Amino acid sequence: MPQVKMTVNGKPASGEVEGRTLLVEFLRENLGLTGTHVGCDTSQCGACVVHVDGKAVKSCTMFAAEAEGAEVLTIEGVAAPDGTMDAVQQAFQEHHGLQCGFCTPGMVMSARALLAENPTPSEAEIRDYLEGNICRCTGYHNIVKAIMAASGQDVSTIAAE
Amino acid sequence: MPKDSGIGASSKRREDVRFLTGAGHYTDDIDLRGQAYVHFLRSDVAHGILKNVDTSAAEGMPGVVCVFTGADFAEVGGLPCGWQITDREGNPMQEPAHPVLAQGKVRHVGDPIAAVVAETREQARDAAEAIEVEIEDLPAVVDMKAALKDGAPKVHDDLTSNLCYDWGFVEENREAVDAAIKSAAHVTTLELKNNRLVANPMEPRVAVGDYSRSTGESTLYTTSQNPHVIRLLMGAFVLGIPEHKLRVVAPDVGGGFGSKIFHYAEEAFCTFAAKALNRPVKWTSSRSEAFITDAHGRDHVTKIELALDKDNNFVALRTETHANMGAYLSTFAPSVPTWLHGTLMAGNYKTPLIYVNVKAVFTNTVPVDAYRGAGRPEATFQLERVIDKAARELGVDPVELRRQNFITEFPYATPVAVEYDTGDYNATLDKLLEIADLAGFEARLAESKKNGKLRGLGVNCYIEACGIAPSHLVGQLGARAGLYESATVRVNATGGLVVMTGSHSHGQGHETSFAQVVADMIGIDENMVEIVHGDTANTPMGMGTYGSRSLAVGGSAMVRATEKIIAKARKIAAHLMEASEADIELKNGQFSVAGTDKSVAWGDVTLAAYVPHNYPLEDLEPGLEETAFYDPSNFTYPAGAYACEVEVDPDTGKVTIEGFAAADDFGNVVNPMIVEGQVHGGLAQGIGQALLENCAYDEDGQLLSASYMDYAMPRADDVPFYRVDHSCQTPCTHNPLGVKGCGEAGAIGSPPAVVNAVIDALQRAGRDVTHIDMPLSPSRVWDAMNKG
Amino acid sequence: MYAFDIERPTTLAEAVKHMAASEENQALGGGQTLIPTLKQRLASPEKLISLTGIDEIRGICEDDAGRICIGAATTHAEVAAGATAYPALAALAGNIGDPAVRNRGTIGGSLANNDPSACYPAAALGSGATIVTDKREIPADDYFEGMFATALEEGEIITEVKFPVPQKAAYMKFEQPASRFALVGVFVAKYADGVRVAVTGASEEGVFRWSEAEAALASDFSAGAVEGLSLSGDGMISDLHGSGDYRAHLVGVMTKRAVAAAG
Repeated sequence: MPQVKMTVNGKPASGEVEGRTLLVEFLRENLGLTGTHVGCDTSQCGACVVHVDGKAVKSCTMFAAEAEGAEVLTIEGVAAPDGTMDAVQQAFQEHHGLQCGFCTPGMVMSARALLAENPTPSEAEIRDYLEGNICRCTGYHNIVKAIMAASGQDVSTIAAE
Repeated sequence: MPKDSGIGASSKRREDVRFLTGAGHYTDDIDLRGQAYVHFLRSDVAHGILKNVDTSAAEGMPGVVCVFTGADFAEVGGLPCGWQITDREGNPMQEPAHPVLAQGKVRHVGDPIAAVVAETREQARDAAEAIEVEIEDLPAVVDMKAALKDGAPKVHDDLTSNLCYDWGFVEENREAVDAAIKSAAHVTTLELKNNRLVANPMEPRVAVGDYSRSTGESTLYTTSQNPHVIRLLMGAFVLGIPEHKLRVVAPDVGGGFGSKIFHYAEEAFCTFAAKALNRPVKWTSSRSEAFITDAHGRDHVTKIELALDKDNNFVALRTETHANMGAYLSTFAPSVPTWLHGTLMAGNYKTPLIYVNVKAVFTNTVPVDAYRGAGRPEATFQLERVIDKAARELGVDPVELRRQNFITEFPYATPVAVEYDTGDYNATLDKLLEIADLAGFEARLAESKKNGKLRGLGVNCYIEACGIAPSHLVGQLGARAGLYESATVRVNATGGLVVMTGSHSHGQGHETSFAQVVADMIGIDENMVEIVHGDTANTPMGMGTYGSRSLAVGGSAMVRATEKIIAKARKIAAHLMEASEADIELKNGQFSVAGTDKSVAWGDVTLAAYVPHNYPLEDLEPGLEETAFYDPSNFTYPAGAYACEVEVDPDTGKVTIEGFAAADDFGNVVNPMIVEGQVHGGLAQGIGQALLENCAYDEDGQLLSASYMDYAMPRADDVPFYRVDHSCQTPCTHNPLGVKGCGEAGAIGSPPAVVNAVIDALQRAGRDVTHIDMPLSPSRVWDAMNKG
Repeated sequence: MYAFDIERPTTLAEAVKHMAASEENQALGGGQTLIPTLKQRLASPEKLISLTGIDEIRGICEDDAGRICIGAATTHAEVAAGATAYPALAALAGNIGDPAVRNRGTIGGSLANNDPSACYPAAALGSGATIVTDKREIPADDYFEGMFATALEEGEIITEVKFPVPQKAAYMKFEQPASRFALVGVFVAKYADGVRVAVTGASEEGVFRWSEAEAALASDFSAGAVEGLSLSGDGMISDLHGSGDYRAHLVGVMTKRAVAAAG
């Protein structure tokens, strides 16, 4: 089987993969990075979103071989080495932006990508950007609120605060 | 003032850190040494006779360990049904066998025919494709009414028909209801469907079976809301494994919404095959597979009639429902359209006469069972829709018509067998009108009109029966299980506590809120309390999490066990301080002697319990661990009022939710943040049911909405910020916490608000539309607006 | 998925050679449609030839005729950000799928697949674009041959798409609620020599030009000009999400809205 090499969360990673091995399978099964999840097979739910060369992608819709030489960031690589969560992670906890936690890694990775592109997104921009991330638990209210808070916006006036 | 810890505080969830950093531990994250993978070959036709299953080619494929067919399960038990309904004639329901792998016939698309165990997932799938299956197609029955016609193809040849049961409730009231309707001043009739849904927790189901030759113990890791229930059902009824040789573990579970209550064939298969092959066997559902194997929800076709007197008082209600069971009876399926539905038909209103008829029907579709709300959304939807229609027919304010008929005195015994202990429906309605800013509606309407949009407002109430359930009562109603909950509180020598609960948390935040309760009772820091759940090896017994029961029932068991702990600790403290037990007070984690400055800390007492040098050994055992079982004396009755504002685009029929407000009475609240989150999630699912989600079959029994390409899941831009309030609190009178449960309310209360709002918008625009069946997709709304 | 190998050529010549090696070899763009298809085992290529590592077919430029030329391996996100000279096209690209899909999906992949509900076919047909392959140039009017069918021959690789820039243009998509693909999408573009109206999502024949609307808009480029025109629901897709008649109706609505948005 061909060998693939990439950098994952700042560390070199390599392994043997088949052509059909998806990036998410490589991350979960070869590297044991099980924080990235698979919630559908039609590229819609976004539980598998990771960053490849700085861009959010669905790791269930990309082959491991295509990530050859790439810089991959997964949810495991977001917090500081001492475990301190980043601003998005902290806001998700502070504002109850997660329940069962299954969609959460993808949500966090998408939210980080959004904030990198648009540091203070509006509610509508956040909702639009999350089109490819499905959450069944939260009704999105607190996810949107958390992302607004993570971007430094005042969320105290949002309904049900 | 918001509290910063204990009961009533919005403590941040401790479980979040692992979920946010990728350290969650879900079933699919479990890989065992030597593990093989199973792929199920499933029927692609809805109904047919299995003439031949030839596995010979598959057996020789690379990596194949073993191929199983129905023949291997001929002597194994079928999946049991946990609830028996008695029909109008007093006869038990028709109850077909539900084999782990199909026996002779396939009955829905997705019915498992064979299972290939191989070294890798893809090898298993490759080999499954090499199995030659000969099926003689039979005509499928999909439509419930067609399924009941004479000569309709039978889903189960050994049953007399496709009718599972014909249930009447309360049968003795039937004639009186008929008479009252006949003589009423006004009768409003509505025929409607409660659309079939797919629960769709984001984590697909997974099962990993394991067997130890050393201990003879089987272990199943599974995505379950109730591992003990699975242990009981699978051990006792399917595989014949005694409970002491069977361990079921449900680790982090990525949402359930009912669909992970039930015992599924894949769980039994993996447990069975692991022993047969002496190696772990893993199954991970794909989302596509989930659509044709997870039990679906709802799917009722109903005719409801509401009779009113000349003063618009409700005098009688009659409802007739066809409820789809699918091809087999899933674990709790028969209870959903009956006891979880008929008993709620009084709603928030003092209708004196009610009769409910339900015909449960077998069809060639995926089994249907509980989905968030389970029966109660179906009851609420039809009742709140028919009241709305009545108000429009009578030209009265739908809000005032409801208010006029509210139950206002408690306890209140309904004509449908339940007794509401507390409530204040005027209070939640008043609160709703405030938070929904109804006063500003006219201005918003004018603004919408200016933009060429039709605006509408829908208001409704709901009530639910939660805290499921008093065992003696449900036993009389056909339940084959008790519905208590258990908890063990283990105090360690250094003062920390481990609480083992039979409730299961799969998003509800029990690890945080349960710890708040116990810490509050003792007066210690929440972080000293660890909540353990999801493993039959830890907790004595557990009926699990569904029906908004965890805090009301599981929390009560935990309170009772903690009370026992405190009682014993008080004795130890009395001994340590050489005081009378009656004088011992516990406050902020300190035991003190009333009227003195003598005190000992919680930790001193717990240490004494385990290092009993100075200890009343003659009266008291060392150690500090207590177990309690709690069986509720009644259901709890959360209730509330919801309002939805919509805009309809008249050119396309597209509905947008412009505002949603929910005023709930959940009794006492432990963690407001978590409660609000539960409501938010329920609202999104209810809005999804009302506008988006449609599990549809074609006439051949092929599922048309079999993936997220066609099954519309609510996304972030389908919903608004919600305005939710739970400040109206009439505490439950019969459980120690005074709590009622909040998990399902949002999904129960919201669909009628959305539909009422759309009908309101269309009628305000002069369109003669009185009802549209859910989901109110753009095309359906446009069709309704442009009919004729 | 069935087993296959992946080749990742870095030059077009290499890719062409790989594609020619076997009829069972298939080009892989961003894979956002192909990978889900493979997961369902609806395709069984011997090799996938990934085109995303070929720099020469990636990027956006302007040719001497003033056309916007987009390399086939350019992602939707890159077009959304980079096709500034053709704002309607950039806006269309910026609303395909979701952000993660846009970071992988490519214009070449979308046009080669020709999904009847995809957005790009409407832009290409509505702009009278030219689809450039390793072998030839194909006018959009000759390229689309019905649902999932194109003029591409076995092994032929799209390398570039050239869009003449209109005076005015806009795309209006009415999304199917589940997939978020176009239930109906209408691309309207006004050129000096006429108006083009391309419709995706609606027809059983795939993307098509609504000539009646083009004629009406040519003389009067206003939403009002389309008023009164109607399409038949016959031959329109009819499914869970809407009847043929509903789709036909939406074509009119979306056309009017696109014209209004184009200004």
